[in-house]
Parts: sequence; structure tokens; C-alpha cells
Amino acid sequence: MRALVNKMSLKFESRSVNEGFARQAVGAFVAQLDPTMEELGDIKTVVSEAVTNAIVHGYADKSGFITVSVRLFEGRMLELKVKDAGCGIENIAQARQPMFTTGNDERSGMGFTIMESFTDRLHVRSTPGKGTLVTMVKTLRERARDQ
Amino acid sequence: MLHITQAERDGVLTVSLTGELDHHAARAAIEQAEDLLVLYPSQQLILDLSGLTFMDSSGLAVVLHLHRTCARSRRDFAVRGAPPQPMRVFEAAGLPQVMIFEKGE
Repeated sequence: MRALVNKMSLKFESRSVNEGFARQAVGAFVAQLDPTMEELGDIKTVVSEAVTNAIVHGYADKSGFITVSVRLFEGRMLELKVKDAGCGIENIAQARQPMFTTGNDERSGMGFTIMESFTDRLHVRSTPGKGTLVTMVKTLRERARDQ
Repeated sequence: MLHITQAERDGVLTVSLTGELDHHAARAAIEQAEDLLVLYPSQQLILDLSGLTFMDSSGLAVVLHLHRTCARSRRDFAVRGAPPQPMRVFEAAGLPQVMIFEKGE
């Protein structure tokens, strides 16, 4: 197990206006690893996808809290968790299929595909009626120091 | 925040999106672009994304929606000037294989 370097967590209401807040806050936290522009963009994108899923699907017919937590480990590895206490996912394999969506016109069904392609590992744990936890792991590239 | 502006010239309607395009902004973007297509009966729609500072998969839904609307009304459709971060999202979804992406001017 790699040594933990730093961690944070954020808890906020399931309002779509908070999607921007969540990705900006996570982006500001991971800035201490000096990510490339592309890595930072990837991290903000996957946070946006997971938080949007929690708002649109997890809390489709009620509101509740979403918790985003980030842990930084030695070796530039970060673990990102997005948790809701919403309705849960009945069929995770189906939800992860490209183009599958139960959302409306402004959803593309590509959220999980984007999360998978922009991180190294993605794990979804969900209990219908209880909620969903999405865990993503990404290791950032080594940067040359002080050139 | 997302800002939407438009310009029409010689039958080409250019709709420009500036700011962050996420789920929070996607519905308004689709509705405003649809309204502009009614107001400006042009032969071509160009969606200029050069002013985007962030886009997630909600942007795919916006682009796919406008692509379909243009196909139904026999208009040409192109996406112009997408910055690197939105372009990575488009590429992960394979959109450059099914529609026209132009570089910015």
C-alpha cells in the first residue's frame, strides 16, 4: 500500500450549479501535484461526470448530499470518490455501456465511457435504494523539476 | 457560466459558446441554439467552441442534438475551434469520425 500524502473531502447539495464548484475545488486540491493541463482537464472532467450522474440519476426525484473525496498517495497517485445516498443503480453493467442513458435530451450516455478513458481504474459500487459510490484512480506522469 | 452569441452571414449561422459547458448549462444551450435556427433560416450551422474553458459529456449531447436537428432540416453542420480539453472529450466519444470538426481561425 502506498503512503498517504494528503486528503480532503467536500459535501454539498445535489444541485446542478454545484457541478462547477466540485470540479474547481478538486482541481485546486490536485494542483499541489503540478499536473499537466491535460491531466488537470481529465480530472475536472471525471469529477463533473460522476457528480452529474449523482444529481441526475442518484437524486432524480429527491435532493440529498453528495460527498467528493480525494486522497493523494506517494508516487503521484490520486484516488477520487464520489458518493451519493440516492436511488442506486439496478444494473451497473448496463449503466456503463456507451450511449446507454435513462436521462433526457441533455444527456449523452457517455459519462462512464469518459470516466473510464480518462482514469486508470474505475469501480462502481451501488445498492438500489441506498446509493452509489464511484471510485477512480489515476497516476499522474512524473514532471521534470525546476528547469 | 455559459454565454451564447450568434452571427449570421451569407446563409451561415455561427453560434458561439463561451465559458463552461456542463449539465447545468446544456439545457439552455440546446434551447437557445434551437431558437436561433428558427430565427435564422440558414443553410449551414457552425458551432464555434473556441471560447469554451470546460466541457464534459453534456457537450456531446448538445453537439449530437444540433447535428440531428441540422440533418432533419437538411442543413450542413460543423463544430469549429474546439480547445484541447473539449476535443479530448469529443475524441473519447468518437465524434470526429461522424461529423465535421474544423480548426479555429
